[in-house]
Amino acid sequence: MSSPSATRPEREVRDTVVIRFAGDSGDGMQLTGLRFTQETALAGSDLATFPDYPAEIRAPAGTTYGVSAFQIHFGALDITSVGDELDVLVAMNPAALKVSLADLRMGGTVLVDTGSFTDRNLQKAGYAKNPLDDHALAPYQVLKLDVTRHAMDAVDGLGLSQKEALRCRNMWALGLMLWMYGRSRRATVEWIEKKFTATPDVRDANLRALNAGHAFGETAEMPSHVAGYSVAAAELPPGTYRTVSGTEALSWGLLAGLKASGIQRMVLGSYPITPASPLLHNLAGFKEYGVVTFQAEDEIAAVCSAIGASYAGALGVTSSSGPGIALKGEAIGLAIATELPLVIVNAQRAGPSTGLPTKTEQSDLYQALFGRNGDAPLPVVATATPSDSYEVGIEAVRLAVTYMTPVMLLTDGFLANAAEPWLIPDADAVEPFPVRFRTDPEGFQPFMRDERTLARAWAIPGTPGLEHRIGGLERHHGTGNISYDPDNHQYMTDIRLEKLRRIALDIPRQEISIGVESGDVAVVGWGSTWGPIHQAVRILHAEGKQVAHIHLRYLWPLPPNLGDLLRRFKAVLVPEMNTGQLVTVLRSEYLVPAKGVNKVTGKPFKVREIVDAVRAALEK
Amino acid sequence: MTTTQLPQLSAKDFGSDQEVRWCPGCGDYAILKAVQRTLADLGVRRENTVFVSGIGCASRFPYYVSTYGFHTIHGRAPALATGVKLANPELDVWVITGDGDGLSIGGNHMLHMLRRNVDLQIILFNNEVYGLTKGQYSPTSRRGFRSPSTPMGSIDNPIAPGAFALGVGARFVARSIDTLTPHLMGVLSRAHEHKGASFVEVFQNCVVFNDGAFAAFTEKGIAVEQQLHLEHGKPMLFGKERNRGIRLRPGSIVLEAVTLGENGVGMEDILVHDERDHAMAQLLVAMQPPQLPIALGVIHCDPAPTYEREALAQLGSTPVAELDLNALLRKGRTWTVPG
Repeated sequence: MSSPSATRPEREVRDTVVIRFAGDSGDGMQLTGLRFTQETALAGSDLATFPDYPAEIRAPAGTTYGVSAFQIHFGALDITSVGDELDVLVAMNPAALKVSLADLRMGGTVLVDTGSFTDRNLQKAGYAKNPLDDHALAPYQVLKLDVTRHAMDAVDGLGLSQKEALRCRNMWALGLMLWMYGRSRRATVEWIEKKFTATPDVRDANLRALNAGHAFGETAEMPSHVAGYSVAAAELPPGTYRTVSGTEALSWGLLAGLKASGIQRMVLGSYPITPASPLLHNLAGFKEYGVVTFQAEDEIAAVCSAIGASYAGALGVTSSSGPGIALKGEAIGLAIATELPLVIVNAQRAGPSTGLPTKTEQSDLYQALFGRNGDAPLPVVATATPSDSYEVGIEAVRLAVTYMTPVMLLTDGFLANAAEPWLIPDADAVEPFPVRFRTDPEGFQPFMRDERTLARAWAIPGTPGLEHRIGGLERHHGTGNISYDPDNHQYMTDIRLEKLRRIALDIPRQEISIGVESGDVAVVGWGSTWGPIHQAVRILHAEGKQVAHIHLRYLWPLPPNLGDLLRRFKAVLVPEMNTGQLVTVLRSEYLVPAKGVNKVTGKPFKVREIVDAVRAALEK
Repeated sequence: MTTTQLPQLSAKDFGSDQEVRWCPGCGDYAILKAVQRTLADLGVRRENTVFVSGIGCASRFPYYVSTYGFHTIHGRAPALATGVKLANPELDVWVITGDGDGLSIGGNHMLHMLRRNVDLQIILFNNEVYGLTKGQYSPTSRRGFRSPSTPMGSIDNPIAPGAFALGVGARFVARSIDTLTPHLMGVLSRAHEHKGASFVEVFQNCVVFNDGAFAAFTEKGIAVEQQLHLEHGKPMLFGKERNRGIRLRPGSIVLEAVTLGENGVGMEDILVHDERDHAMAQLLVAMQPPQLPIALGVIHCDPAPTYEREALAQLGSTPVAELDLNALLRKGRTWTVPG
């Protein structure tokens, strides 16, 4: 960790800090945030990040809808949410200021690049007059710096075009922020050197801008109210760490699952879609480990290729977001009917139809549970945090191959992109669940089942003596031949449901994440709401409130003890980023008077919103 | 490893124990027989053979063959078969589809499977009608076709399967007729031999909903005058007397049927079939009776690297079991919190 600045020994100490970098979609804000995250993680802070960007690749410059932002909450304490309000806002243009100012806490610091506050940019952002000239920013500590000019000066003489030079603004701002929080520049320098190996002038420009921003903080006459800050390392459990996004952790989880299953090959059939594409990209980097990634012509071909791969003895995986999952529905039914393993990843995004592609939501729970024709049950699991995605990835593979069933794995746009420090687990500690393909022709029937799991035999083409036919038409419970027999259909429908009950017996008992074992309010969540719910319940529990946080990884089948657990509380509150889906399921399954706390703004819950909702429930 | 002498399987051995349930007189029976006989002749291994189909009359096919079989969902057999080949390229895969399944709902998958050149055989049963749903017009039905859904006649322009396949980059395109058994078997053998996506269109008569759709070139008596059986390196001759031929109309790129000895036409004018000639294949596949005979046999064959071979060549050779996952998880930047 870097030592406090020599010129400013009076660095103020902060426990936790929330910073948002905001600018145009072309300003490199995501990259800036990721670099700051890396340095912060290396300094030992706990952290959570929230990348928030528009669906357009380069939305019209200077507009409010083109603002791209990256928020990081870091500190010496256990960080579980992205932070309710900002301590620092870095606004690279008027539009960024306009969009983000409301999230800045009273007294918070706002750094504005005055060089971008031109009449034209102000107009595009919808400012009638320059907010830097009136009292709009009076409640805040304002740091007006001409970042544009400083960056241009820093790269002067390198022979860059004006456009290229301007692209270094973000590095200058990053340098200043790294100084402000006493962070090292080492990892960033290495990253720049690697990334721009082929273009030495661009490399040098970025390095110069970064160093100039840092030096400015170190030496320039800063306003008296702007000090450097010191944020101590968090007290994290000992071990080796890395930063990880949900997508990365999930990729490794699927790979770990593949290894634990003993299957030779994974075939990912996928079609590009926001925010699921990064999983396709990540797995495409695993070719050396036997992972085939097939970018199919559409969502349907993607899932069908994965089913075909599973049929032939590979681990079939398909990934998409809600609209793509809708297209895959019929094929998922085929995998259920033919009882083939398949992992379906849904990185949920907001809204019906195309909705808000880059904004997060968890409104595909109904789709996951019920979104197919016929009685077509399948297990559904959800990831709670970026690092949790590793374990959930393994578990999805285990359920799929152990029970010969498609498994729906729900993550979301927030989890896919958000990063946090990860205590790297021992991959060898994963309990293997070796797959045994059927090879013995003696007494073989394609729909014969394991007594415990009800999984049918996995008999793959290429095996002599096991030639058989399967398909989507209802099939005889033993031979697999087409059967229109009414009793057989009843039996097969019952068996498909019973398989889910067997899975329920094989999943861990539902535990309480934090709080009391019984009492006034159980706050039940699933997916990426884990962070804010956990923080909210921790605050209330510390106050002595009789509350608990219950977070579901298994959404279908539900853990068998969940009903009893919920009935130990006077009230059940279910915060969800939808209009109330899990709450409906809980009410219908357990006849408990659960109530929803719902929000669909495309942004994660604030801790305060959940605290307020629980307080209101406690007062009733 | 023990080796056992594989018994020679007969066509009958490739029949399953399931009762075949097509309409009496359906052309599908003849195709099923031809396929079973071809499999026996080729000496393929049952356990290594997979039939993948979509939905429709033709797609019931896998249930009637004693190999591995997968009756999937409407139009998606090509996509599913691609996954099968990516999982295990050693499998010998046949895709069974129809004009509706393969060119309407599944047209997109057909396109992409062909352009990728996945190594498998596709048999498209073209009867120019939707049979299983009781007689609606299909994407290959001709204009004016009256059906329950087109009481005043179809106004859709039909798709020509062979032209479609050539257009999207298929490296093997062939054509035959359901009841022309020896010819069909020859085409199927060639399709099997070809490495890559082999597209075979079979004119298949639907006795119930579209009887006689191909009578213009299958009726006894006129068939011999209306069919051109292509053979690589052989002149394009046809007719009972083998005195009719195909040539390029002088000064144009239009095919015409001519008679040897008439108007000064000699053998030197008759085109010689070259399977690798993509441009000529496009002309041949478009020939329509009665002006020109229908082109049958292997119209185009020009092998290229197969999709799965190239995809799998990109994989590493380390088995997953030996993968050092701990090393992978620690690749890149890490830091240690001391205990």
